[in-house]
Amino acid sequence: MQLTLEFGGGLELLCQSVKIHNVDVDQAGEEKLTMRHLLSWVRTNLIKERPEMFMKGDTVRPGVLVLVNDCDWELSGQLDTTLDDKDVVVFISTLHGG
Amino acid sequence: MESNGVHSSLILQEIEKLKAEKKDIENRISVLEAQLNDVVAKEGTVSSSSCPPLSITYLGLEHGLSPEMIYRYSRHLLLPNFGVQGQSNLLKSSILVVGAGGLGSPALLYLAACGVGRLGIVDHDVVELNNLHRQIIHAEAYIGQSKVKSAAAACRAINSSIQIVEHKEALRTSNALEIMSKYDIVVDATDNAPSRYLISDCCVVLGKPLISGAALGLEGQLTVYNHNGGPCYRCLFPTPPPTTACQRCSDSGVLGVVPGVIGCLQALEALKVASAVGEPLSGRMLLFDALSARIRIVKIRGRSLNCEACGENAAFTRQFFQNFDYEKFTQSPLSTTPLKLKLLPETARISSEEYKERVANGEAHVLIDVRPAHHFKIVSLPKALNVPLSTLEAQLSAISSALKDEEERKGLGSGSNASLYVICRRGNDSQRAVDCLHKMGFSSAKDIIGGLESWAQNVDPNFPTY
Repeated sequence: MQLTLEFGGGLELLCQSVKIHNVDVDQAGEEKLTMRHLLSWVRTNLIKERPEMFMKGDTVRPGVLVLVNDCDWELSGQLDTTLDDKDVVVFISTLHGG
Repeated sequence: MESNGVHSSLILQEIEKLKAEKKDIENRISVLEAQLNDVVAKEGTVSSSSCPPLSITYLGLEHGLSPEMIYRYSRHLLLPNFGVQGQSNLLKSSILVVGAGGLGSPALLYLAACGVGRLGIVDHDVVELNNLHRQIIHAEAYIGQSKVKSAAAACRAINSSIQIVEHKEALRTSNALEIMSKYDIVVDATDNAPSRYLISDCCVVLGKPLISGAALGLEGQLTVYNHNGGPCYRCLFPTPPPTTACQRCSDSGVLGVVPGVIGCLQALEALKVASAVGEPLSGRMLLFDALSARIRIVKIRGRSLNCEACGENAAFTRQFFQNFDYEKFTQSPLSTTPLKLKLLPETARISSEEYKERVANGEAHVLIDVRPAHHFKIVSLPKALNVPLSTLEAQLSAISSALKDEEERKGLGSGSNASLYVICRRGNDSQRAVDCLHKMGFSSAKDIIGGLESWAQNVDPNFPTY
């Protein structure tokens, strides 16, 4: 499945400072790709350092917003959100500076 | 007491007199309005090319704007969607800006200029030279002086007709309720996580809308919390992030224009809420990426029923707020004082003065600077070897050979070794590095206490700091 993944707010530093990743995620025989599956795929394939800065347990660490097609994943079922081809998923760390 | 009685009766007389005059003027206005209506009815419409009758000027004063205000804010009044009503609302509103830094600077300048009735500024900090590239409200002449004083002076210089209130103190649980309760709207222009939770919770307790902005590096974020049933900061971030994820501008850097852009947008959102015009950025968040010139506006969750601050069963009272320990909750300090780590025993550390002496005595040694490469390019000590902390473990052999070269150069026999010193910007990373080096067998490694900042302060005042 073709997806566009974007990292921001400093999370891009965990994947060699590349913000936008056009990826092809293997559905592993499942009918629908869920965010749960995508997170573990990202952790294995894109996160190159300090994985604890991206995930805690089986979800993202506190302070990270996940947006599926510009919409907070809280509104689409968090880890159970299902993804379609060409979806855009954004991972953004909240900023505190000013 | 008697003189007080006489005094108050005089005031009452004056009030009665003015009321009578007011009634008389209102009567005259009504008469003129009636006349105007007659004229308009007879002509069909008032011709736009003809001179308006004199009565229209007086009609304009019904909204309470003085002739000077009409002239000053004329470009606002000319906006059909904003107009007299928007400006009147603005003039009656009060807005508190917490933080007179990178975000607060443009926010305050615009809010003062646009005619917010009462504008409060909270900050405990002083103006420093390294603030000026982004904190554009402050001028060089104010370096070393209070940011609140400097910002208030700049606001008054732009608009002397509004009220500017100075709060020269850090916002804490002990004073936040009292300060914030005096304003209609709060603008969060602070720079740290505990302040953001503190301000949001206080807004929930007091029922105030919160215009929240943040900027770091080349990115910015903006949203409106606790407004019209929308979420609060805790609805979005119920658990604080790890401290390692809370970067500061003084460590990570920030492009000056970025907080400028976000601060301007904060002024805009505050102005919209204050004037009750337009659709505020509530339930949505603006994400700004300066480098790729991208602005994304995303939909965020609504108010969470389980939110500890604003949820259905939340018990977040004034009392609870005042006793809440925000520094403990977020594991980070409210003030901007940099971390002073104490990781190593005294025997594994030397002062910058002592290091200088050892260099002067010609001691055989290698100095490792563990700052990132782009820091090293700004300034470094002579002969320092740059080994960024993140690459330390991969470069142990390079350190070994540097020590061996130094021993040969100084002609040291077997048994005596060159010393190994580690330096960084402030003396935190150097301790982490020495700790790591000890574990990897470099048992004599020592860190230079306080880093390059201490060198500049205690050894060489001409050494650049940043």
